[in-house]
Amino acid sequence: MKGGIEMISSVCSALLGNLEAGIILNDMAVKAESLQSNTYFSGLSPEELVSIQKHIFEKAVTRGEIVIFEGEPARAVYFVISGVVKVFKTSSDGKEQIIYLARPGDSFNDVPVFGEGLSLASAEAMTQVVLYGMEKDDLEASLRELPKLAENILRLLSQRIEQMISLVEDLSFRRVMGRVAKILLENVEDTNGQRHRLTQQDMAAMAGTAREMIGRSLKLLEDEGKVRLERNRVVITDKEALREIAGVGI
Amino acid sequence: MTKMPEIDRDKCDGCGLCIEVCSCHVLVLVDNVVEVKERIGCQQCSKWCTMCEMVCPVGAIQCPFDVITEE
Ligand code: SF4
Ligand code: SF4
Repeated sequence: MKGGIEMISSVCSALLGNLEAGIILNDMAVKAESLQSNTYFSGLSPEELVSIQKHIFEKAVTRGEIVIFEGEPARAVYFVISGVVKVFKTSSDGKEQIIYLARPGDSFNDVPVFGEGLSLASAEAMTQVVLYGMEKDDLEASLRELPKLAENILRLLSQRIEQMISLVEDLSFRRVMGRVAKILLENVEDTNGQRHRLTQQDMAAMAGTAREMIGRSLKLLEDEGKVRLERNRVVITDKEALREIAGVGI
Repeated sequence: MTKMPEIDRDKCDGCGLCIEVCSCHVLVLVDNVVEVKERIGCQQCSKWCTMCEMVCPVGAIQCPFDVITEE
């Protein structure tokens, strides 16, 4: 009888442990079709998929739960089976920058897993989410055996780099646009008709950027209807919107 | 009066780069210093392309903007 109680209690504590960590199931429920929908495993033969399946664990995550914390050792790659996961970084002043949203068929945490490092970003479930995961060691072993898997991963990682480069461009450009907006607001002709004339060179120096970026920013501000560029005049047409871009309290 | 690019005669070393890029052909060298052609002026430079400013290696020619708010 005692043995029976011990057994029940150990089963209970194991279940509770799993609940704390999100429910982890490692059973035969891992479906080949679900695997195949991920870029990693597309084009693998049924036999190859079976060899992968045995390394996969399933994890159910509730909305709002953090799956990965930035800075933690990266132990596994995750594949989204259902739901949406937000992959993001948090700046020192607490601002969140979404890097991408991982949807069914997408993966996350792969770059640090291959890089033998720490997780570069956090991941949070935005909905109820079902994930498949694969431990780093298992993945590396499979990689050595399956050239198609290696090829898929290479393609995916290069896509990831492309994504990052466009994000970097966008971020730095947005920042420059913000600074240009601020410079324009600070140098607008005052009520006495006092003029502050600015060359693009001045603006570049003030914004700490290349002159070419100023031209692009002004053009974009014009396309967005915030300013109108006339011959040697920048006419602010939407001051409030410009203030918003500049991050100046209204 | 139409605004012209502003030239700092002391800085200009007469390299002629601005003249080359000016699609309106309104810049000339006089005594090895650039000038905006009289009369023709920079009227045709309706776009204020600022290319002359961009290429000048010594910052001798400038195309400043007034920043105003729409009434
Ligand atoms: S702004 Fe353009 S058109 Fe006008 S002088 Fe300079 S290069 Fe020529
Ligand atoms: S580019 Fe500058 S230095 Fe050269 S001619 Fe024109 S104004 Fe003078």
